[in-house]
Amino acid sequence: MEAIIIGVLKSAIRLATPYLYASIGETIGQLSGVLNLGVDGVMLMGAFSAFFTVLKTGNLGLGLLVAIVVGGIFGLLIAFVNVTLKAQQGISGIGFYIFGLGLSSLLFRTMIGTVQTVSGFSPLSIPLLSNIPIVGEIFFRQNILVYGAFALVPISWFILNKTPLGLSIRAVGQHPEAADSLGVNIVRIRYLTVIFGGMLSGIAGASLSIALLNVFQQNLTNGMGFIAVALVYFGAWRPLSVLSGALLFSTVNAIQIWIQVKGINIPSDFTLMLPYIVTIVVLAAMAKRYVRPPKALNKPFERGE
Amino acid sequence: MMKCKKNIIIIVMISILVFSLGFGANAKAFRVAVIMPSSINDLAFSQSMYDAMVAIQEEMGKEEFQFVYSESMFVVADAAAAIRDYASEGYDLVIAHGSQYGSSLVEIAPDFPNTSFAWGTTVNTFSDQGITNIFAYEARSEEGGYVSGVLAAKLSQTGIIGVIGPIETGDAKLYVEGFKAGVLATKPDAQVNISWIGSFSDVALASEAAQTHINVGADVLTGTAQMVVGAIGVARQRGVLWFGTQADQTSLAPEVVVANQVYDWTVALKPMIQLVREGTRGGSAYVLTLANGGLKIVVNQEALVRKTIQDIIEGKIDIEL
Repeated sequence: MEAIIIGVLKSAIRLATPYLYASIGETIGQLSGVLNLGVDGVMLMGAFSAFFTVLKTGNLGLGLLVAIVVGGIFGLLIAFVNVTLKAQQGISGIGFYIFGLGLSSLLFRTMIGTVQTVSGFSPLSIPLLSNIPIVGEIFFRQNILVYGAFALVPISWFILNKTPLGLSIRAVGQHPEAADSLGVNIVRIRYLTVIFGGMLSGIAGASLSIALLNVFQQNLTNGMGFIAVALVYFGAWRPLSVLSGALLFSTVNAIQIWIQVKGINIPSDFTLMLPYIVTIVVLAAMAKRYVRPPKALNKPFERGE
Repeated sequence: MMKCKKNIIIIVMISILVFSLGFGANAKAFRVAVIMPSSINDLAFSQSMYDAMVAIQEEMGKEEFQFVYSESMFVVADAAAAIRDYASEGYDLVIAHGSQYGSSLVEIAPDFPNTSFAWGTTVNTFSDQGITNIFAYEARSEEGGYVSGVLAAKLSQTGIIGVIGPIETGDAKLYVEGFKAGVLATKPDAQVNISWIGSFSDVALASEAAQTHINVGADVLTGTAQMVVGAIGVARQRGVLWFGTQADQTSLAPEVVVANQVYDWTVALKPMIQLVREGTRGGSAYVLTLANGGLKIVVNQEALVRKTIQDIIEGKIDIEL
């Protein structure tokens, strides 16, 4: 029993990792009023660039850095289109998704050609903590990108709720006019959050290609970026709730894999639906809770003269 | 005047003859269009067809055989549009490489009676619906699956073997069932755990499925479809043996890939092309088997040797003298 719980929860933590990076990045962007549906495309670009760098140099740190830079460049482009050009955010996001999917596939085709594997980040035991029975095995013998994803939750919570920058971000997303009149540079804040979100999406992709799967193929993310956006709504724009949403989805997914592997007699079509069913049920059960999206979400800022 | 006309006719005849000699090969080139659900380098289903196209072209020459392809056509509606486009462009043979494209073919094929179509994996040519220009092809993947299953049972120390499949249908289902039968025929008390991913492309879930199989004690894994690259990565990392199918996957993890069942579609395509050239547009089904050479088992000795040495070092093998 103990081994089962450890196995399932370890799986869940790994599965949750890419979602966490992407969802937290998206949360911060949305709190400042920018909806970015291009997350999956940026993840793919991050995954490819990290993988390619590691394949050519063997340097994992450099691979991660390249993914962050590429994600940041995509974030900059997305911010330019959404904030400066004031494009319809839903549409432009889908555009960036398709662009990222196409470009990463093209680069993969021309620069790598066939599916290959690399040696990615290996598990890193944290001294003392990894020796705690069960808990240590589940949480503290993972790779560094897994730790990073979970560390991001309190860090982003702190920035959003306890710093002047966080206040500005939330103000820009709730009352841009008021923030503007108080001298907050709305364009700068939105560029900042969207670029940061892009960097985190880049890391989300790298967490797949050079830490968890250590492989790249076309459309590696398989739509994870869209689940990440859904998790932002599930988590009501709060990092801790986004974490619980990601963990819920991933844990049920890990359990359904285990149910199948153990040959428990439930049709696989049903077990595969479980993560989605449970998430929807929880969402419906909590629908009464007072959740309001940032008021300026999806609205370009026009200064009233 | 009569003589002049005769001369003109002769000149025309000669020039036609010269033209057909000079450019005949090009005019008669057999042109094939392929629609594939994933990419040509997926180390699985689509690549097996692409490799067959390349092989036939190498054999027949670029003047005699030309092919074009559309890949990653996972949206059936897009694939249907592509099939129709290729048929309109006058290709001799349009191949819809995926069982999901069958219903589209039934719609399209009757509109282009002079074009041949082929699809797989199935043996249904729709001749019962009066359609005469569709070929079908299938791989008896359970045959290679059985061979791999026998080997897997011999190699497993724990007696637990994990299988990762995409969706319970087509050649994936045949392979998984054949593999299981091979294991159980060799080691009746072995445990074969099967998990389905519900997708051909979810690499992350396939990877976690492999982790879970290993966690419950599996020391040999297999799987089919293009998302298994995630599982192969895990097998490599955790030193668990892997059996591949559809294409040769050894390059992904030479340390652990023991054997692969490789599809050679040329066995189905060559007679198909022959028939089309002779004027038959469809109606027959071709099946790849071990007997006709359409299925091949590619064994990677390196993994076998390495695993045996490792097991002796770790004391898992007790050599009784």
